[in-house]
Parts: sequence; C-alpha cells; structure tokens
Amino acid sequence: MKGYVVKRLFYMIPTLFGASILIFFLYSLVPGNFIDADQNLTAERKAELYELHGYNEPVVIRYFIWLKNLLKGDLGYSLQFQLPVGEVIGNYIWSSFIVALASLILTWFIAILVGIVSAIRQYSIWDTFITIIVFAAMATPSFFLGLVIIKIFAVDLGWLPAGGMISTGSNFTGWEYVKDVAEHMILPVLVLTMLGIGGLTRYFRTNMLEVIKQDFMRTARAKGLKERVVIFKHGLRNALLPAITLFSFELPALFGGAIITEQIFNWPGIGAIYMQAFSVRDYPLLMGFTMFIAVLTVLSNLLADILYGIADPRVRVKK
Amino acid sequence: MGNTVLDVKNLLTQYYTNGGVIKAVDDVSFSIPKGQTVCLVGESGCGKSAVAMSIMGLIDGGSGGIKNGEILFEGKDLLKLKKHELRQLRGNDISMIFQEPMTSLNPVLTIGGQIMEPLMEHELISKKEAKKRALELIELVGIGRAEEIFNSYPHQLSGGMLQRIMIAIALACSPNLLIADEPTTALDVTIQAQILDLLRSLKEQRDMSMLLITHDLGVVAEVADYVIVMYAGKVIEEGPVVELFKNPKHPYTKGLLKAKPVINQRQEELYTIAGQVPNLATLTPSCYFSERCEQCMAICKEQMPKINDLDNGQRVACWLYEEVTTV
Ligand SMILES: Nc1ncnc2c1ncn2[C@@H]1O[C@H](COP(=O)(O)OP(=O)(O)OP(=O)(O)O)[C@@H](O)[C@H]1O
Ligand code: SF4
Ligand SMILES: [Mg+2]
Repeated sequence: MKGYVVKRLFYMIPTLFGASILIFFLYSLVPGNFIDADQNLTAERKAELYELHGYNEPVVIRYFIWLKNLLKGDLGYSLQFQLPVGEVIGNYIWSSFIVALASLILTWFIAILVGIVSAIRQYSIWDTFITIIVFAAMATPSFFLGLVIIKIFAVDLGWLPAGGMISTGSNFTGWEYVKDVAEHMILPVLVLTMLGIGGLTRYFRTNMLEVIKQDFMRTARAKGLKERVVIFKHGLRNALLPAITLFSFELPALFGGAIITEQIFNWPGIGAIYMQAFSVRDYPLLMGFTMFIAVLTVLSNLLADILYGIADPRVRVKK
Repeated sequence: MGNTVLDVKNLLTQYYTNGGVIKAVDDVSFSIPKGQTVCLVGESGCGKSAVAMSIMGLIDGGSGGIKNGEILFEGKDLLKLKKHELRQLRGNDISMIFQEPMTSLNPVLTIGGQIMEPLMEHELISKKEAKKRALELIELVGIGRAEEIFNSYPHQLSGGMLQRIMIAIALACSPNLLIADEPTTALDVTIQAQILDLLRSLKEQRDMSMLLITHDLGVVAEVADYVIVMYAGKVIEEGPVVELFKNPKHPYTKGLLKAKPVINQRQEELYTIAGQVPNLATLTPSCYFSERCEQCMAICKEQMPKINDLDNGQRVACWLYEEVTTV
C-alpha cells in the first residue's frame, strides 16, 4: 500500500505540470491585464508597473518564473489586494470552507438516510413524497431559492440574519463569536444543502435499490439476521462504495467557494473574491487559486483510490 | 407429525407481475419425513423456488405473497408465526443454500465473518467460540487451510469453494431442515458431483432432512428418497424415487425421464418435450399440460384433474388415471 501511494504521488507530477501550463497560458494569452484595466494610470506609471511585475519578459520566460515560484510555495502576488495570493486565499477560504463543510455533512447525511428509506419503502407514499420534494429542490434556481428563504426566515419571521458573517458593529469574542457566525451560517448552509441534496438522494436511492436486489441480501435474510443488520451491514456498505468517487469530487469544492450563495448572503468567501478578481483582471490571483484547486483535485483523486483500496477488498488485492 | 419435519398443506403463493397476478405455487401439498431427502423437480418457472421462498418466509411483500395454506414445521405453522419468531428459525432450524454461489456471499465481508454471523445471531456464544466453530465448519465442508480461507474474501475463491462455504453457513446452527435450491446448477460437472456427495454425506451424518430443488433428474436418481414433480405451479406427480423412475405415470414425468441424458450412453438426439410452459397469468381450468400432451383428451381441456393416490404409493394428477381409480 505504501509503495502504491508513493508511486501515485509520482504520477501526479506530470498531471500537475500539464495543469500549470494550461492555467498559465490560458490566463496569459487573454488580452489585457490588471494594469491596462486601470483607467487612472498614466502611460509612464503603466510602463513602470509593467517592468516591476515582469510583464516585459517573453511569455515563456514568465511561465518558468511563475513555475519556479510555485515550486517554492509562492502562488504569486495579487495586484488588487497588494498581498501574496497565498495570503488572500488564506484570508477568505476558511469562511467558505465552514459553510461548504457544514452543507456537505448535512447533504450526505440526509441523502443517505432518505436514500435508504425510499429504497426499502419503494413506491410508498413516503417515497413518492420525497421524490417530488427532491425534484422541486433540484428544479428551483438557486438565487430564487435564496431570496425566498431570506424573505421567510430573515425578513418575515426575523429569526435569522439575512446576510454577512457577523453582526455589523458587533465585537464578540469566544463563544459569543462562534454563536454569531453559526447564526449567520444557517441560511447559506440551508440553501446550499437544498441545492445539492436532490442529485445525491436520487443517487443513493438508485444505489440502494440496486443493492437490495442482490443475492447476498437474500442470503443475509436466510441466515435469520435482523432487518437492521441486513440493511446497514450488508446493504449500505455496498451502496456506499461507488459513492467514494463522488465524495472525492466534492472535496476540492469544499475550498472552491459557492459563488451564488456567497453573493446572495453577502458571505465573505473565496467564491466572491474569485468573481471580483475576474472583473478587475487580477490574473495572478486567478492563476494561483486555480492552481491551488488543481492540486486539491489531484490529491482528492488519490484519496479516492486509497479509500477504495480500504473499503473494497476486490480492489485491494490487485495492487 | 412425529416423524414429519415439514408438512406443506394447500400452499398458494402469488406473484404480482406486469401481466397480472400469477399463482406461482397453486394448492401444493407435500411433506418431508425426518431424515429423508425430497426432491422437487420441474422445468424452469414452474414454481420450485417459490415453494422454497415460501417456506423460508422470504417472499418480498412488494412482489408477492402467500395467500393460503399451512406450512407446518415440526408441528408449528410458520405462516402464523410473528416476524421475529420466523427470523429466529431461519438459518437456525431451517437453512437454505442457493443456486448462485458467486453472488450469494457479500463481496466486502470476509468468509469467516459471514460464517460467524448466524452463529452469533442464534447462539449465545462468544466471538472467540464462534470463530473456532467457523474454522471447524470450513474443515467440515472439505476445505483445508481453514485459517487462510477464514480471512479471505469471496472473490478470491472458486464457485465450488463458495458453494461449500454456503453449505458451511447453512449448517452452522445444525438445522433440522436444509433447503437446497439448485445448488449445483451454476457449477462445473465435476464440481457438481463433489458438492452433491458432500450434501449427501452431511445429511446422513447430521440426520437432517433435505428439500432438494433441481431440474436435473440425474441428481434426483442419486440422492432422492421421494420425488415431487411440479408443472405450472401444481404438483402433477409424486412418489418414492424408485417407483417413479421405474414407472412414471404422468405424460409430463415420462417426457422428463425420456429427456434425461443417460451417462455413458450415446444418444443420437436428446428427446425434448415439445412446446413451452404456459403463461401462468392466463391459465384456464384445464390440465395445464394439455397443450403439450400427446395423449390429450377432450376433458383435459375443460377440467383440471385432481391428484389421486395410486396403489403403489405414487400420486398423479392426470385424467388418464382418474377413470381407473374412480370406475
Ligand atoms: N419476484 C418475482 N416477481 C414476479 N414474478 C416472479 C418472481 N419470482 C418468480 N416469479 C415468477 O413465478 C414463477 C415461478 O418462479 P420460480 O422462480 O419459483 O420458478 P423455478 O421453478 O424456481 O424456476 P427456475 O428453474 O428457473 O429456478 C415464474 O413464472 C416466475 O416468472
Ligand atoms: S390430463 Fe390429459 S392432457 Fe393432462 S397429462 Fe393427462 S392426458 Fe395429458
Ligand atoms: Mg428457481
């Protein structure tokens, strides 16, 4: 297993190298940049800045400089924030992460539960009801869903704050602060969960339905095992296996920010920063962040394979 | 009861299919005396598995159900038991093995764990004790290297080995009745014989009763004490194995025996019964075999023959014999 992981880590190198080329040249070959976009600069100042940020070098040389810095762990320098890209990401990513993580846990928990219940009560009223709700949630545009939820819970009922991450003007510390952030998180998490839940629920329902038809489920029942054991020990484990891939896809997204919910709820996350960087052409930030996500994606793939190896004995021996 | 382990009376089991409700088991009665092997034979789709699944209480309520009859196991009607009472019998007093050993075991659990499961469920023993018993069971079904097999996974073993493991699981709690639903159909011919020998000797050793489902009459001749022939959900002939093979009465049974390949004897062309099994959803009162019967008479198309006792212990449902016994 250890040798396998090391081997896979080596395989990551060409993939990431390719990704870096793609990311760098896509952004570098688009006409215009942060300096051109600023109308207030004089031609002289522009020339100075060009020199300062190395824009006068040939693009290939610039790529290698960028790559060298990447290898040193330096993601570049954000022109808009006048801070290292790593620092900008660090400042905003955790607020995105907590919302995404809470929503991920909630989504998977509900989807697995609903999937199991619908599968063992297939075509019952409950199953039909869930199906309708799920399709309704899937079909509703996120901005609309977000606004409706804000209207109900924040405006009409006044239970929860409508946006932001902390109450304006507040000065909480310790638990007070945690509680304040948690309150602000509820609505964004709710919307994100409602958006994600539909597909995942259908997925688990289909998987479970596939598994409960299998011969080994009949064997488990013929042994006289309790229905609970049959469903959870024999059924769920097999139904969860194919979900490992799906789960690994979700991991980079934990750090990717959720642009729409961040905008609706005015949540200071990385998704909103990413959008903003586009509009001002802060390419170093965009490149650095995209590269960061690329690394996470490749790592998640590796993680998925390792998890498969642990969870599925049929995969384990092949290595 | 006394000497009877299982007594099935007027069992009616239905399945709900797209074509309508079918009677997969239609008014079937039979019994299994203690220590005997009863074989259930018939073409594919005649309801053999449905009988087995009815006895086990494993018919999924969404796709069918038992509508009538009694299934007396050691005097208790299984159909009147509560769910958990039936569950406590399954895998304990009545066990079952299935046709497809390759898919009948859970791919992500170890062989040992799967053998221990019924032991831990039905007997008050420690995990350590269960493991010891599991290792003994692996030896019992004729596989060496018990410790290694215990820790392996289903995909690492061959079909024949897996069927042996299924037998080990079924025998774990020393059942009084073993139901084997085509246990050798999916295996190679040489392995088939080994598995049958194993089943037969274990049955003798442990004084079990066995309900063996098969469509292989060669198997029947080797292991059965008593044979039940089913056709389209009904029992059409039954009797002690020697009588039935020597002197089959029902045209269908005769056809089956004629169609049976005889080992070491070259036949130019294997006989087959012409025609097909009728669609169970559209049956009308008649002899269900009448479409394919060479001796079909007028009455056969209008009325269903009842099953009647013959002098030699055989029973048959066919109008050819009705007159003989009634006149
Ligand atoms: N789950 C089910 N839902 C609907 N119909 C079923 C179901 N299982 C079996 N049947 C039908 O019930 C009838 C009897 O099936 P059964 O499986 O008992 O046949 P069998 O004699 O065991 O055949 P085989 O030799 O192929 O195993 C068949 O017509 C079959 O199509
Ligand atoms: S009852 Fe009639 S049709 Fe049916 S098997 Fe006997 S002779 Fe043939
Ligand atoms: Mg069958």
